[in-house]
Amino acid sequence: MHLILFIVFAVCCLAGAINLLLQTHPINSALSLIVVMTSLAVLYLLLGAEFLAIAQIIVYAGAIMVLFIFVVMLLNAGREERTLGSRAARTIGLPAVVVLLALFATVILHIRGLGTASLSQGITDTQELSAVLFRDLLLPFEVTSILILIAILGAVALARLGNGEGTVSK
Amino acid sequence: MNFIQQDVPLNWYLLLSAALFCLGIVGFLLKRNIITVFMSIELMLNAVNLSFVTFAHQWHAVKGQIFVFFVMMVAAAEAAVGLAIIIAVFRVRNTLSVDRIDLMKL
Amino acid sequence: MNVPLHLWLIPLLPLAGFLLNGILGSRLPKWLVTTIALLAPLGAFGAVVYAYLSLNSIAPPPCVTTPCGPPGWVYTSLPHVETFGTWISLSSLHIDFSFALDQLTLVMLLVVTGVGFLIHIYSVGYMHGDPGYARYFSYLNLFLFFMTTLVLAGNVLVMFVGWEGVGLASYLLIGFWFNKTSAASAGMKAFVVNRIGDFGFLIGIFFLLANFGTLTFSEIATKLAASPAWTGGVLTTICLCLLVGATGKSAQLPLYVWLPDAMEGPTPVSALIHAATMVTAGVYMIARFHFLFDRSPFALSIVAIIGAATALFAATMGLAQNDIKRVLAYSTISQLGYMFLGCGVAAYSAAIFHLMTHAFFKALLFLGAGSAIHALGGEQDLRKMGGLRKKIPITFWTMTAAVLAISGFPGLSGFFSKDAILAAAFQQGTLGKALWAVGVFTAGLTALYMFRLWYLAFIGDSRDEHAHPHEGPWSILGPLVLLAILSIGGGWVSFGGRFYDFLAPVTGPRAESGPGSLEYILMGIAVGVGLLGWLIAHFNYKPGSARVSAAALAAEPTGFTKLLAHKYYVDEIYHAVFVRPLLITSRYILWWAVDSALLGGAAWLLGGIATLGGAILQRWQSGNLRSYAAWLAAGAATVLLFAFYASIGTYLGAHGIDVHWMGR
Repeated sequence: MHLILFIVFAVCCLAGAINLLLQTHPINSALSLIVVMTSLAVLYLLLGAEFLAIAQIIVYAGAIMVLFIFVVMLLNAGREERTLGSRAARTIGLPAVVVLLALFATVILHIRGLGTASLSQGITDTQELSAVLFRDLLLPFEVTSILILIAILGAVALARLGNGEGTVSK
Repeated sequence: MNFIQQDVPLNWYLLLSAALFCLGIVGFLLKRNIITVFMSIELMLNAVNLSFVTFAHQWHAVKGQIFVFFVMMVAAAEAAVGLAIIIAVFRVRNTLSVDRIDLMKL
Repeated sequence: MNVPLHLWLIPLLPLAGFLLNGILGSRLPKWLVTTIALLAPLGAFGAVVYAYLSLNSIAPPPCVTTPCGPPGWVYTSLPHVETFGTWISLSSLHIDFSFALDQLTLVMLLVVTGVGFLIHIYSVGYMHGDPGYARYFSYLNLFLFFMTTLVLAGNVLVMFVGWEGVGLASYLLIGFWFNKTSAASAGMKAFVVNRIGDFGFLIGIFFLLANFGTLTFSEIATKLAASPAWTGGVLTTICLCLLVGATGKSAQLPLYVWLPDAMEGPTPVSALIHAATMVTAGVYMIARFHFLFDRSPFALSIVAIIGAATALFAATMGLAQNDIKRVLAYSTISQLGYMFLGCGVAAYSAAIFHLMTHAFFKALLFLGAGSAIHALGGEQDLRKMGGLRKKIPITFWTMTAAVLAISGFPGLSGFFSKDAILAAAFQQGTLGKALWAVGVFTAGLTALYMFRLWYLAFIGDSRDEHAHPHEGPWSILGPLVLLAILSIGGGWVSFGGRFYDFLAPVTGPRAESGPGSLEYILMGIAVGVGLLGWLIAHFNYKPGSARVSAAALAAEPTGFTKLLAHKYYVDEIYHAVFVRPLLITSRYILWWAVDSALLGGAAWLLGGIATLGGAILQRWQSGNLRSYAAWLAAGAATVLLFAFYASIGTYLGAHGIDVHWMGR
């Protein structure tokens, strides 16, 4: 059962990622990314991280990607034009990525001693998680909330009208 | 039957994570729309999250999952601020193409 | 016992004069400049006289054992050495700043400071209106400083300091009126030709160091005396190298070409430096090194041959010159040749005696010529002079005394000194006799051109209607009179051999003169030749003769006279053989090829590499986000490759791909 689930949702992830690259309109890319996020949530579940799976869907797929889609709609971004802006990206970047992938693959396939994942074992209790989070790591937790507060302030300050020299055509 | 009942070796999760990461890099390199580039970065972050969760499962280390939690938080903050910057830049340059925003060249 | 004679005063007072006048002179009033400038040589002369009076050898005999004379007066013996500290001190080499006074030095110092002081007085009148008054006197004092250092030096290196210094002072004074191109070029020519000689001197010093390990005169003499059989060979080489230096400084063949051009300087400079003192430094050096030259008969013959040849060569050129100072310049070269001849026949004291008398009458000749030039308002051409006898009588009579002295008129100073040299030459075998003949012939020529000058300048009627000659002030005439007295009576110090005996501790015992009758015959021949020269000059140049007519004087010289007038084209030959190739090499090879192309090109190349590299690297900073990301990815891939290559190696190896280069 685990295997089939893994294969299905892994294929979904990959398909979504590849689709993100192949699509020209950013809105389509955003929707593909949502597919990836959701598939990843299922994979987290398979690995026993219940809380993270839900958090993934709520925060990532539900908030961040929605934010992306809002911005795409706000800026009225159209299809990309096919200009060749950087030759270096293709000639140097792609081989580098290939090398990286090969390297990762080699190292990962060589690792011994990793176990297997199955449906019934290794499920992490949310209680366990919160015990560590709110007891041992309380300070980072609080700091993170301040971080988000700062981010909100920054985003508002940056994006409000009357800040930049130009104006969006109304 | 045997095939279906098999467990998934964790290497495959890691392999998937590596593949997603590299696809994210490819997207960062090849896409021209800045918002799409940003989305590729989110893809990379998710790939790393997957590998963290994998290792958390391997050693039953809750801290791994907590790290993923924090990564998510920071990614959220970063997405908010980054998109605000994109909006500000769009106001000035009136373009979303990465190649057009090159004022920092020599 | 050696009491302090304060030898350091002798060079130091002129140095102080140089510094004061050089730095402050332009701001001081003229009388103050004059006072400083005159006090310096006077002080030096006074110190020399004090040293002379302190000598044991001139003390009356009773005063040697029991002090007499002024209270506290102590007599000292020579040689007297004063050291002022160490200069170079290595394990193998030790050189001090030392001054050594002996009889030879004393004679030279008396001449240098005495005649120098007289010329300083003369310059006060001569340079009266010149804007560079203070500068002139500071240079003159500088010259005195270096010359006294040269003469007083106790080792070769200090002498070399003085040697170079007088060359510098000569350059500064020849080119004193530096706005005149000819003067500036003459200064450069003098310095460069001197330098060539100095190079030979340096090589000689190096050989001395290598063979003796010391540069102090007394120590070298001691070492030589310890090995009496050491002759020839390396000693000849040393002597020849030193001779090159002497020919440069004393204007002998082939390095004499700077002296006639040096007449561009003011006349008192010509008198002091290029007649009486600096050019005699070469003779002094050979006399100082006589113990070395005595071991090398070959070198001595070379010295004598060069001296005699130069004397003849220069005398012939003096016959055809029209500038009064040029005639005197060639005369100086010729007389220096006599001194070299004297040294070459090992009659060092005779050479020094001639040096002394030559200083008197040659300085007088130059100063008198300067007085005539001053009287005529700057005219130096003999063809435009004439009839000065009545107009400037004091100058005329003193010049006559000098002309008679140089021609060897019996009883005057030049007669005794020249005769001593010629007699010594005659007694040195066949070569000596040949050189004696050359010397006698040259003496005749000397009388000829000197009387030519005398007739053309002073006798007859004035050839220039616009001239209104008048005598100069007493500052000009006083030294003339004093020098005339010295020219007439200066030779009498050699009566009874007193002069030679005085110098004997330094230059060796007086050479045995031949039978008395031989001496008188030689004397008679010399006087007769001088008389012959006067007669020829009288017939050719007396007023009314054909040569003195306006047409003859204005005509261009032809034939042999033309060759003489153009100085045998030696300057042109030197220019073609040495100067032009040097200039061509400098301009085309050194300047264009090496400096501009090689060095400039190398500098340009280095700069170009940096600029080009920068231009190439600049394109990397494109501002394009994607290319930056690409390079980031490439960098990450490289780093990870290096981090993991070990495991990659085993992985590939396990699959049959051999990758030795990746390490185990």
